[in-house]
Amino acid sequence: MKLLPAVLTAAVAAAFLTTPAVAQESATLKKIKDTGSITLGHRESSIPFSYYDDKQQVIGYAYELQRKIVDAVKAELKLDKVDVKLMPVTSANRITLVQNGTVDIECGSTTNNTERQKQVAFSNTFFVIGTKLMVKKTSGIKDFPDLAGKNVVTTAGTTSERLLRRMNEEKQMKMNIISAKDHGESFLTLETGRAVAFMMDDALLYGEIAKAKRPADWEVVGTAQSKEAYGCMLRKDDAGFKKVVDAAIAQAQTSGEADKIYAKWFMNPIPPKGLNLNMPMSDEMKELHKAPNDRAYE
Amino acid sequence: MYEFDWSSIPGAIPLLANGLLITLEVTLTAIVVGIVWGTILAIARLGSNPVLSRLAAAYVNLFRSVPLVMVILWFYLIVPQGLKAIFGNDIGDIRLTSALVAFALFEAAYYSEIIRAGIQSVSKGQIAAGLALGFTPGQTMRLVVLPQAFRNMTPLLLTQAIILFQDTSLVYVIGLSDFFGTAYKVGDRDGRLVELLLFAGAVYFVICFSASLLVKRLQARFAK
Amino acid sequence: MAYNWNWEVFLQPSVTGDDTYLGWLLTGLKWTVSLSLSAWVIALVLGTIVGVLRTVPNRWLSGLATAYVELFRNIPLLVQLFIWYFVLPELLPPALGDAFKQSHPLWQQFFSAMVCLGLFTSARVAEQVRSGINSLPRGQKAAGLAMGFTLPQVYRHVLMPMAYRIILPPLTSEFLNIFKNSAVATTIGLIELSRQAQQLVDYTAQPYEAFIAVTVLYVLINVTVMFLMRRLEEKVRVPGFIGGK
Repeated sequence: MKLLPAVLTAAVAAAFLTTPAVAQESATLKKIKDTGSITLGHRESSIPFSYYDDKQQVIGYAYELQRKIVDAVKAELKLDKVDVKLMPVTSANRITLVQNGTVDIECGSTTNNTERQKQVAFSNTFFVIGTKLMVKKTSGIKDFPDLAGKNVVTTAGTTSERLLRRMNEEKQMKMNIISAKDHGESFLTLETGRAVAFMMDDALLYGEIAKAKRPADWEVVGTAQSKEAYGCMLRKDDAGFKKVVDAAIAQAQTSGEADKIYAKWFMNPIPPKGLNLNMPMSDEMKELHKAPNDRAYE
Repeated sequence: MYEFDWSSIPGAIPLLANGLLITLEVTLTAIVVGIVWGTILAIARLGSNPVLSRLAAAYVNLFRSVPLVMVILWFYLIVPQGLKAIFGNDIGDIRLTSALVAFALFEAAYYSEIIRAGIQSVSKGQIAAGLALGFTPGQTMRLVVLPQAFRNMTPLLLTQAIILFQDTSLVYVIGLSDFFGTAYKVGDRDGRLVELLLFAGAVYFVICFSASLLVKRLQARFAK
Repeated sequence: MAYNWNWEVFLQPSVTGDDTYLGWLLTGLKWTVSLSLSAWVIALVLGTIVGVLRTVPNRWLSGLATAYVELFRNIPLLVQLFIWYFVLPELLPPALGDAFKQSHPLWQQFFSAMVCLGLFTSARVAEQVRSGINSLPRGQKAAGLAMGFTLPQVYRHVLMPMAYRIILPPLTSEFLNIFKNSAVATTIGLIELSRQAQQLVDYTAQPYEAFIAVTVLYVLINVTVMFLMRRLEEKVRVPGFIGGK
């Protein structure tokens, strides 16, 4: 059995020789190479970005980009196959789970802002949204001032939760803010009549309408309270990994691939109900696809 | 009036059965590890080493004064690095691992109190007799005291197991799809939360009620 | 990765500007304590009634009481809570259900959690009450009846005063349980202690401090309740009887 140590030594030596330089400086890439696996953080109900279809499979716009990133990582590390593990996260625990190493990269509906940059790193932007309201068409609510004194729901841990609370503090609107666990539960709260409005990123609101029992009953209203850039979340101080991820996103955006994925999720019928979101590309998105970047809006 | 629509349940049976398996996995792991670790804690607590005895008491009191929800969250949000260090990077679903560890360590505190009472229920004369027969203290504990203690406390241990089975539903807070979590997700997905929650309640009731009848019968037989 | 401890985070004003993070913790403590205490009142009252009914010489009443106990004991607390919060308002007449759902969310969450915890615990209290009554010598009841008391009077003046003293230790542990079980209300969004722990993690990014602080608060609640219940036990002890030494 003296052969075994010799083989191992050779294998280790070979591994060192073939390891690209970038893997040396990136803890995450090194981990993926060592374990042969990567853990993707995804959402359960961020339609159409990252969510379960009715067979509990993860699908969505952000998820497709995430798989492109996995391919890029595989190519970078020259691995034949990478074992992909999926880990659902919520708005409230996603940052913690990226920080504590449970997930390697989270792509879903996470806003890149300076407050969060103190805790995690963000990839190139893959979507731009505005925060608005979803209401029942018959409710008579048109904009944020109409919410004074009413029950309003949002999802715990989102930028909308912070914006609503700040609005309550600064404008004394006396809204009763309900913080639900996930977008699905937020919509349930709105649908069962516990709240008159659901504040969230506009794209997600259209996604929730696509899931509703009677989509025609709902509409998205209000002046956008903020413009926000979605990015994939990575651990801080891992330039090597970020470089690979950014390149993968930029490649998809400049090559026209991202336009195709966009059309698939925003201009065509999508699961679970086969509804079409009919959201033409915004000017911000067009500009982004021309010039990929990782800038936060605030 | 609300119109019930139970049609999403039949199609979800395979998903729900998978969830039930997770529930059972967490329950059984917590019972086995909980009883073993709980026995060790109980013996340490009753033993003559003051340091070990204090440590065991502190462990039991700490876990018994914190809500299970908090313990589950601790192990999910706060200590996964520790878990990774112990089990290696390849631990699969961190939610399941952290739930298994949290429940096992938490239940051990409760089992240890039951076992301690069970050990104390064995008369001192038995220990003296064991020692007089030439057994070491360890042998006396293992061969004389524990068999009787476990016989006395079996009904209590089983009742605790039923409570534990119910408590595993709390893995909801970390999004693990046990039986209840799956029922909730299916209900949310199909917009039939009312039906799915009632169904889940009924299933738990049937399982736990039958189990508690069995325990009662066992208890009656032991009492003879 | 080295962790940056920062206990001063509790003194900082929250990013939403409504309070300091310490204030969030205290709000959580307030809701945990008021939820537990009000649920405990329900549990004691209902638990006593149901426990007594289980011992009365009437098959229908005792059967009904048994069914009550079995129902609330064999369904997980979390499932019961979701049924109170998500299912019940849908089953009420629409006008009543809507009125409930449009009330202040905090009130809805508190009310559902209080009723749920109260009934859940009452089944456990009922079991203690029943075993307390059953552990009394049968002669006590007979003596009471022979003295001309009615059955309710026998319970009120003879059986219950002794039964309560006997079951004080197990009641103490149920009382402690209700504080711990109140954490389940986090799942429907009530801002009690464990919810605040999660919010603090999200808002401050100092998970260790948040969880340690909340855990310490739960331990403190536990110690305080135990201390007070010990004093109560000493006070009501009947010399020469159980617990009287």
